Amino acid sequence: MYQDDLIASDITAYLEAHENKSLLRFITCGSVDDGKSTLIGRMLYDSKMIFEDQLDALESDSKRVGTQGENIDFALLVDGLAAEREQGITIDVAYRFFSTEKRKFIVADTPGHVQYTRNMATGASTADLAILLIDARRGILEQTRRHSFIASSLGIKKLVLAINKMDLQNYEKSVFDDIEADFVEFAEELAPDIEIQAIPMSALEGTNITTRSDKTPWYTGPALMEYLETVPVDDDRLAKPFRLPVQYVNRPNLDFRGFSGQIPSGTVKVGDRLKTLPSAKETTVTRILSGDKDVQEAMAGESVTICFADEVDTSRGDLICTAESPAEVADQFQARILWMSEDKMLPGRRYLLKIGSKIVSAQVNETKYKIDMSDLQDRPARDLALNEVGVCTLSLDQSVPFDPYNEIRETGGFILIDRLTNNTVGLGLIDFALRRAGNIHWQSVDVNKQAHSAQKGQKPAVLWFTGLSGSGKSTIANALQKRLFSVDRHTYLMDGDNVRHGLNRDLGFTDADRVENIRRVAEVSKLMADAGLITLVSFISPFRSERRMARNMMDEGEFIEIYINTPLSVAEERDVKGLYKKAREGKIKNFTGIDSPYEPPLDPEITIDTTAMTADEAAEKILDELKAKGILEA
Amino acid sequence: MKYLTHLDRLEAESMHIMREVVADAENPVMLYSVGKDSAVMLHLAMKAFYPSKPPFPLLHVDTTWKFREMIEFRDRRAEETGLELLVHINQEGVDEGVGPFTHGSALHTDIMKTAALKQALNKYKFDLAFGGARRDEEKSRAKERICSFRSAEHRWDPKQQRPELWNLYNTRIRSGESIRVFPLSNWTELDIWQYIRREKIEIVPLYYSAKRPVVEWEGTQIMVDDDRMPEDLRKTAVEKSVRFRTLGCYPLTGAVESEADTLEQIIQEMLLTKSSERQGRVIDRDQSASMEKKKQEGYF
Repeated sequence: MYQDDLIASDITAYLEAHENKSLLRFITCGSVDDGKSTLIGRMLYDSKMIFEDQLDALESDSKRVGTQGENIDFALLVDGLAAEREQGITIDVAYRFFSTEKRKFIVADTPGHVQYTRNMATGASTADLAILLIDARRGILEQTRRHSFIASSLGIKKLVLAINKMDLQNYEKSVFDDIEADFVEFAEELAPDIEIQAIPMSALEGTNITTRSDKTPWYTGPALMEYLETVPVDDDRLAKPFRLPVQYVNRPNLDFRGFSGQIPSGTVKVGDRLKTLPSAKETTVTRILSGDKDVQEAMAGESVTICFADEVDTSRGDLICTAESPAEVADQFQARILWMSEDKMLPGRRYLLKIGSKIVSAQVNETKYKIDMSDLQDRPARDLALNEVGVCTLSLDQSVPFDPYNEIRETGGFILIDRLTNNTVGLGLIDFALRRAGNIHWQSVDVNKQAHSAQKGQKPAVLWFTGLSGSGKSTIANALQKRLFSVDRHTYLMDGDNVRHGLNRDLGFTDADRVENIRRVAEVSKLMADAGLITLVSFISPFRSERRMARNMMDEGEFIEIYINTPLSVAEERDVKGLYKKAREGKIKNFTGIDSPYEPPLDPEITIDTTAMTADEAAEKILDELKAKGILEA
Repeated sequence: MKYLTHLDRLEAESMHIMREVVADAENPVMLYSVGKDSAVMLHLAMKAFYPSKPPFPLLHVDTTWKFREMIEFRDRRAEETGLELLVHINQEGVDEGVGPFTHGSALHTDIMKTAALKQALNKYKFDLAFGGARRDEEKSRAKERICSFRSAEHRWDPKQQRPELWNLYNTRIRSGESIRVFPLSNWTELDIWQYIRREKIEIVPLYYSAKRPVVEWEGTQIMVDDDRMPEDLRKTAVEKSVRFRTLGCYPLTGAVESEADTLEQIIQEMLLTKSSERQGRVIDRDQSASMEKKKQEGYF
């Protein structure tokens, strides 16, 4: 009534006020039996979004097919498609709009039954808040748990527990308290940071919908509309790091090159340092266009076009980030997937994956387990059927920038598309990247390499012994380590055979496995050098490229290549382990020097000719050379 | 603290939708009906692609019975924006003399509008067409997706709609199929008017009240816009202060008596009125599922 008066008396004042409303998007979950449609119909009705001609139709429909006798059946206002109306259930996501003086609301109205889980997820994906309808007579049901799980999985942090049909329970406080307590207990398992507002109501009688009712004097919280009008929206998005998925490269002429997109999180100002992914190039913002106007700053939610100071190669599908806190880039993920198609999700099958504006080819490697939504327990699974949720690993044919879904929805959510039908068949929420991760930034720690080496009073080094099998690498390395140990040097000797018993037990002797063998050992050496140790690595390491790779991983001067030069004929003659004999007999395949090549170092730091000296003499010689190089203080 | 108002958000969402779907389309077009929703949609497109021009032409399906003021306005806006304007008329319909007075509203709409639109889409082979429909207009539209997929025969299958997650749109189609995209899906009539006011968007003067000659026809007041109106009907014309809440073919568009000649007064009138917007459209008066039926047949 108040609004009508203002509209009639001062339309300009009304418009000024309404132009500055905020927007809240929410989803309603529950079934027809819970009174969901009635609640939405009531909200539309109370906010005068229903015109008289619609009301006439509603009254006649209520009498014809309504369930409320001679009274208005509000549910009929919101049940849309003709087929559904006859079945008496809503089978899709319907969007409703209404507004009050403070806010505009977009309601995603979705069906409650388990077979419509995908519809609910669709509605939840854009919602800030969920209203869970509960029939006060029945309390928390499996359905309530499922709805809460989907809502919280899709990132909704605010839940309204609408405990409806309180009129049928005589507005008993204890009924309300018990249900609320039940739910709070359950919600703790769901997610740690969920805000719950329980409200006792009757959609049918209009209790606690727009104003607090005197039927529930014991309830001190807000009425539903009061809560919806005042709950903060989007406050957390602004605090997150800036992201801009590039939708469109705007290039009207040679003088203008802008990147368009809608900002999912954070803010950006002219002059900010940005990084574009996956290229990882940095640049500075020179211009921000909000529509056709130049602005100095833009925030989450806005559609903008930004220009860079430098010619940075950026195209549709890339992600522009704040340089301080860029997103990750990876091609393998663990993600939660909700399957939305009648055809099962099969591991190994290729799908198209769309994240942001980027489409790549992807496959599900493995379903780790599926989640039973009725009790939130894990169940073993290989594939996923319609409306099932599983935790899966995926691999993509190229790396994409992303954030974990729990951090930023728009950069952590993806859809899977069937290559044949082009239908959207699944949705995914990225948890984290797997392996080959370019995303794991080196964590800087206070006790660093300098501190470690200062404590030990030594310079870290990686002494890399390379040579044929039986050339004497391990014997010499062993002798050297004893000498170092005796002068209080902190060392560790990694021997090829020993490492293959543990860390590299899964590797064979093919070229690919030899490469991986060396890569792992080099990585471990690097960590040991970081711990301030002098590491002795005794590995055949036959290929130059891998030894170069290991060298490049260490700091300058830290990697000492020691070539144990023993001619093949000599090594074969010694044949300490009897391996050459077996190799010659064909009992060992891919044996270095026999049927697998050895590439001698071209420019090693130290060369030992084992035909000219004993192992102890060799160790002494190496010790002298290390002193000469300043690795060991004299 | 700065925050985004509901209009800011709606604007940002519409711009996002336009950029996103155009990027993957081969041959997009914007259906331009000359009404207020089209005016808003065009305004948003100009913003979304600024400083470039929107990378698509405008298509107007002209039933030949539109108000003359609409046609003048259309041509002028196309010239001002510098966008290419395609006008399609169902020539077979014209040759057979189809019109609302002789053939009735349903048949006229079917031939000159629904069939004409299909002809135009086939002729130019558009794979993407923007339309200005909103979800709040009619109950069945509440469930319409932002991207609506049409078979090669332009049919809409309510069971084959794709889920729309977050702001990700899957616009992959097979050859011959097309997509209708509704960037104004989440706007309400009031949002449209408020945005027109905020952005000072020009609309056809017919929305504002003025003295116009009107006659009573089939229970509706319609304006005499040319002499194709039967003479005996035309003779009954009286001058009244009227305006139009929606615009279409003049014989099918009911005038409302009004003194509202400013934007504020129009909005005031709209907010205080007790009947919904589409009531002025003659074709919607059948049973409530009629829009849905029309949509399945390819009506926009």
